[in-house]
Amino acid sequence: MNDNKKQLRIALRNCGFINPEIIDDYISRDGYMALGKCLTEHTPEETIKEIKDSGLRGRGGGGFPTGLKWEITRKSESDQKYVVCNADEGDPGAFMDRSILEGDPHSVIEAMAICGYCIGADKGLVYIRAEYPLAIERLQIALSQAREYGLLGENIFRSGFNFDIEIRFGAGAFVCGEETALIHSMEGLRGEPTFKPPFPSVSGYLGKPTNVNNVETFANIPAILNKGAAWFSSIGTEKSKGTKVFALAGKINNVGLIEVPMGTTLREVIYEIGGGIRDGKKFKSVQTGGPSGGCLTTDFLDTPIDYDNLIDAGSMMGSGGMIVMDEDDCMVAIAKFYLEFTLEESCGKCSPCRIGNKRLHEILDKITSGRGEFQDIERLQLLSQVIKDTSLCGLGQTSPNPVLSTIANFEDEYLAHVNEGKCPAGQCKALLKYEIIEDLCTGCTLCFRNCPVGAISGERRQPHYIDQSLCIKCGVCYEKCKFNAITLS
Amino acid sequence: MDTVQLTIDNKPIVVKKGTTILEAAKGIGIHIPTLCHMKLDDLNIENKPGGCRICIVEVQGRRNLAPACCTEVSDGMVVNSHSIRVVNARQTVMELILSDHPSDCLICPKSGNCDLQSLAHQLGIREIHYKGEQSTYREDTSPAIIRDIDKCIMCRRCEMMCNEVQTVGVLSAINRGFNAVVSPAFEMNLDHSVCTYCGQCVAVCPTGALTEVNHTSKVIRALSDPSKTVIVQTAPAVRAALGEEFGYEAGTLVTGKLVSALRRLGFDYVFDTDFAADLTIMEEGTELLNRLSKYLEGDKDVKLPILTSCCPAWVKFFEHQFPQMKEIPSTARSPQQMFGSIAKSYFAEKMNIKREDLVVVSIMPCVAKKYECGRDEFKVNGNPDVDYAVTTRELASLIKLANIEFTKLPDENFDNPLGESTGAGVIFGTTGGVIEAAVRTAYELYTKKSLPRLDFDELRGMEGIRHATIDFNGFPLNIGIAHGLGNARKLLEKIEAGESEFHAIEIMSCPGGCIGGGGQPYHHGNAEILKKRQMAIYREDKNKTLRKSHENPYIIKLYEEYLGKPMSEKAHSLLHTEYFDRT
Ligand SMILES: Cc1cc2nc3c(=O)[nH]c(=O)nc-3n(C[C@H](O)[C@H](O)[C@H](O)COP(=O)(O)O)c2cc1C
Ligand code: SF4
Ligand code: SF4
Ligand code: SF4
Ligand code: SF4
Ligand code: SF4
Repeated sequence: MNDNKKQLRIALRNCGFINPEIIDDYISRDGYMALGKCLTEHTPEETIKEIKDSGLRGRGGGGFPTGLKWEITRKSESDQKYVVCNADEGDPGAFMDRSILEGDPHSVIEAMAICGYCIGADKGLVYIRAEYPLAIERLQIALSQAREYGLLGENIFRSGFNFDIEIRFGAGAFVCGEETALIHSMEGLRGEPTFKPPFPSVSGYLGKPTNVNNVETFANIPAILNKGAAWFSSIGTEKSKGTKVFALAGKINNVGLIEVPMGTTLREVIYEIGGGIRDGKKFKSVQTGGPSGGCLTTDFLDTPIDYDNLIDAGSMMGSGGMIVMDEDDCMVAIAKFYLEFTLEESCGKCSPCRIGNKRLHEILDKITSGRGEFQDIERLQLLSQVIKDTSLCGLGQTSPNPVLSTIANFEDEYLAHVNEGKCPAGQCKALLKYEIIEDLCTGCTLCFRNCPVGAISGERRQPHYIDQSLCIKCGVCYEKCKFNAITLS
Repeated sequence: MDTVQLTIDNKPIVVKKGTTILEAAKGIGIHIPTLCHMKLDDLNIENKPGGCRICIVEVQGRRNLAPACCTEVSDGMVVNSHSIRVVNARQTVMELILSDHPSDCLICPKSGNCDLQSLAHQLGIREIHYKGEQSTYREDTSPAIIRDIDKCIMCRRCEMMCNEVQTVGVLSAINRGFNAVVSPAFEMNLDHSVCTYCGQCVAVCPTGALTEVNHTSKVIRALSDPSKTVIVQTAPAVRAALGEEFGYEAGTLVTGKLVSALRRLGFDYVFDTDFAADLTIMEEGTELLNRLSKYLEGDKDVKLPILTSCCPAWVKFFEHQFPQMKEIPSTARSPQQMFGSIAKSYFAEKMNIKREDLVVVSIMPCVAKKYECGRDEFKVNGNPDVDYAVTTRELASLIKLANIEFTKLPDENFDNPLGESTGAGVIFGTTGGVIEAAVRTAYELYTKKSLPRLDFDELRGMEGIRHATIDFNGFPLNIGIAHGLGNARKLLEKIEAGESEFHAIEIMSCPGGCIGGGGQPYHHGNAEILKKRQMAIYREDKNKTLRKSHENPYIIKLYEEYLGKPMSEKAHSLLHTEYFDRT
């Protein structure tokens, strides 16, 4: 990734600059300084105030003010509390959290200890998907080094504060990233969400107050405490402070992880950092917020990225997925693609998400395979609204976003599918039609010989003909024809 | 007490802090529909997964609709339970549920008693706008329960019952997304699992996904076979609940009409399981006294506490879960099986009927009894002591099938010799009843004194675990009672740890005992019904002239003519059993 001046590294400050397996590397870049200062010079209340003043909001998707969450957990009375780091990272294509844990595990460990000190917990748990072996290994090495250095364990910095961290492995279900599901999964129960309240801050792991934060949220903490809340809050927009890491992907020249100040526009990200659309194609849409984010059009390119602006635009921040689409992408097919994911990943507990998403997917499938009707568009919208309105957890409450945003922003594409039986992007195979232009066909028989289903007929040196009822739209004839005699419509 | 002020549907209301919107609304006559939610008051049983999303309401200022069952009220809250947004969402959610449900109502065993069906009606669903694929699963038939989980709506009530209340842990949600369903692990068959057939999952399932194995047609076939003598026994809890199927108020005793209906159905003799319950007390009470006197003589090996053994689901439970303790329960067979055994020996001989020509049908509040009568140890040369066990519900359908107008029936009496019973036999139908019956007899046999009072209020009630100490001539007899297998487990763990002070413990699998059995008319989550049935049972006991098992003249005669004494060799072979390690 180009290190462009538009980027600013806070969460990723050490990634790539230190050897993550050597604790001294981390320490030499002010590592564990924040923890030391907190434990020896500041009360938990002072530290929480600093986090609150910084304006840091959760990077796991919800954007809940981190300092406030810590304060609530601190105020929940209990003999035992827990700090949980959410490293489930189930969004397809996202690898922000993995990169932080692989490149700078100590920043998360340090932050969890600080959090433990602030809320009054002596035990931390990192819930990480088992598919992240390198991150797990690095984390394990970092944990044992931290223990060796006395930065975890008993009486840290001789302050009387004890804290240690355990790793818990997730089976990789997307919904297990939802905090209540994550907690149930750690408790050995089925990983499915439960109604909030009670929030984990009040009743979480084993019924005890539990502070759940995302990896990236934690990675910001030591930097904030070292450089001060004022510094952090000077970066970003009015309600979203600091930076955000995005996994830039799709039809863009430079893909990869980027970290930009909140308030950077989508245009800056896509054209200046991302280097614009691949192969000189036209930009069509950018999808933010992971599988249940929305698809935004050119109209939103100059929107400064922050939590609230993205929601107003019909999308969301999510954990930081950003996928760019060009003119070749069919927005109906894109919506269907995302639905396929949420459909698989729904826990199945509540009716609207379990059955509603299935029905949305079926309607989208009907449209992309050329059987759509005009009313289907309205049906999609009505059903989407009910699913959002009635689902139990964030997954169902957001899963129809790709449908709603693509209808809102690309209704003409839907209309083309249902009214004219056409896919403007040429992606929906069932709507394609391969035809032979008689005047250009030389009767070379190449297409005839290559068609896998024998849909093409014709005499040698005579124009050939495609039987549409047999054609499976594989496109082999189109590729093989040397005379451009086959068209696609 | 902290209170909260809010308005629901424009009605201001003040309720206790911590109340849910659902409860608050109920208090002012607003019935918010629910599907997955179920609460049995006083039994500490609640299912509240917040999953069906039928009870959603609009709370002013909130982005999403809120589930009334899970959302606690807060000060100044403004709730609308039937705004157009709510009604549309509620109907759509219902349509979604129905879109993944077979439209089998006309031929479904649950039709007429189905919560899903009545809710669809209540919500005025006339069309399903979102049709699509429906989930299909293999049907699973066991000796007692049929799982037709194409009809499962994921309400999780059965799962809660099986895990939290019964701690058996057979049923749980499996798979994700559209394929999620409640099932034994790995979609194993129920009869390969540790299921006890307590039927509590059946009792709470709002749909036809879980039902009992139906034996009514077998009964009809037997009744119409002229070569067979068909006799019937009916369990105590049946008479306190059957009336509900015919529009009677819960808790109405219909004993006389029950007898007359059975006679009209064509049974040759209409007998009473209560008779066998008296017999059970004779055997179990004697066993208790035997163990007790050994204990008092200083025998260290004697197994105490003695545990009752009349509930087949409980028997299967300890055979799976606590096989190391299988020597502790009484060896006495359950009343159903004692009846069958006596019917096919004593009665058959008396009447000169060949065993093969005698068919014993039992009417039970229970689905586990279907499994019990199929156990090998209760067969002679492959011929079972009890041929068919049908539930209270199945009996109701038989009565309807035979065009019998139940409410117009005269009251009739049971036949003899196996139809006479005491109040002690009647109270077997409720939690605490077996042990109270046993105490009435054991006390008099032990102290040789007549009981000053017969109602042991200290043993009655609905609390999950109860205990009382009865003065046996200066010896304090410590008695424990548990209903619901989770409560039983707690007592067993105590016994295992050597911390139990009890000498005798009654255990019933179903919350409330057999009045709450898995084969009873559906309570639809209304615990009042169970309490009314319980009161009816105690009423029937009070109305009896004889209230102690050992005073039943036909029991006395049975011992004189046939069995000798309780625990005699003959009694042993006919009335006792053994238990197996099923791990
Ligand atoms: C379906 C779903 C999946 C989620 N997955 C993740 C995840 O992978 N990682 C994460 O940190 N938060 C995830 N969250 C958000 C968590 O529930 C929770 O809000 C977050 O971990 C809190 O941390 P934060 O305040 O630091 O963002 C998910 C939420 C939902 C509804
Ligand atoms: S919204 Fe979906 S993922 Fe969330 S609880 Fe309901 S079924 Fe499960
Ligand atoms: S379960 Fe209920 S709704 Fe379903 S078919 Fe049976 S009666 Fe009808
Ligand atoms: S019958 Fe009882 S033990 Fe068996 S699955 Fe149902 S609730 Fe569980
Ligand atoms: S089987 Fe019945 S009780 Fe169990 S979850 Fe399904 S519908 Fe509910
Ligand atoms: S308590 Fe009664 S109804 Fe329930 S399983 Fe036992 S015997 Fe059957």
